[in-house]
Amino acid sequence: MKARFLIPLALFFALLGLFYFALQQMNAGEYNPRDIPSPLVGKPVPVFSLPSLKVADAQVTNADLTAPGVSLFNVWASWCVACRQEHPFLMELSRRGEIPIFGLNYKDERDDAIAWLKRFGDPYTASGYDREGRVGIDWGVYGVPETFVVDRNGTIRYKHIGPVTEKAWREKILPVIEQVRGEL
Amino acid sequence: MKRLTAILMLALLPLGGAWAAIDAFEFDNPVDERRYQALSEELRCTVCQNQSLADSNADLALDLRRKVYEMILDGRSDSEITDYMVARYGDFVLYRPPVTPVTYGLWYGPVALFLLGTVVLVVYVRRRGRAADGEPETLTDEERKRLDDLLDKGDGR
Repeated sequence: MKARFLIPLALFFALLGLFYFALQQMNAGEYNPRDIPSPLVGKPVPVFSLPSLKVADAQVTNADLTAPGVSLFNVWASWCVACRQEHPFLMELSRRGEIPIFGLNYKDERDDAIAWLKRFGDPYTASGYDREGRVGIDWGVYGVPETFVVDRNGTIRYKHIGPVTEKAWREKILPVIEQVRGEL
Repeated sequence: MKRLTAILMLALLPLGGAWAAIDAFEFDNPVDERRYQALSEELRCTVCQNQSLADSNADLALDLRRKVYEMILDGRSDSEITDYMVARYGDFVLYRPPVTPVTYGLWYGPVALFLLGTVVLVVYVRRRGRAADGEPETLTDEERKRLDDLLDKGDGR
């Protein structure tokens, strides 16, 4: 036990290793300390009815999400920087016709949102306009962008927090969609 | 001392909720207002995770406070309101989450640490006591002679 004085040093290096590991995981996008696991996964989508962002007098409701089978429900806003980041990828998904994407335009100005879609393209089948963020609360939204996978029965199957990247799509979201499609 | 006390009290001031966000929500009775205050201190702001709804100026915190306000006016009970939040944001929104296997560490961790600390302290103190008891109190002849010499020198002055 002569080396007892080394114990604190060893503990220090163990902690260092732990911190380094956590940082690596954060960099790799595997771990985000701000993620909150959603209790809504496995639950039916919240009932809502919102004015459509682009079509006057039209509504976007929870029934729309389930009509085409499996769909994505993407929470976005023109003020959201990370939404810009994921936008080209959503455009690509929509071009490839991978899956219908519905939007929740969250706490935005209608004109700004429409201008944003005009400028960068509109990947959404339809976007609901949630000026006050009330529907957002019902969906447990706390950071934009967030993306939900909804199955044809209207059950939320997955929630992705943060931008939908190619990697997140390949590794996390697509497997869920394939599994859900396999259940048909 | 007085100054020190004053400085300490100033330092503690922010803890007294001096930064609590102020909303223009009006209640018809003080009971509801107190419920609103209590609830917004019990619920965590989900974007600024180390702040309660009451502490936070984040947009979402304001929306959630408004939701709490509306639900109180609606006549919902405290548990209905917290259940509503938990159903959407999970136990994470509660500053006092329920005791489940996931939160055992949170609830019992401090007690376990305290017990561990106590055990370590007791063992350490005992060992030191024993070590002190075991030490020889007698000096060798040589040491005694040196001690006497030193003491004599002291006397000589």
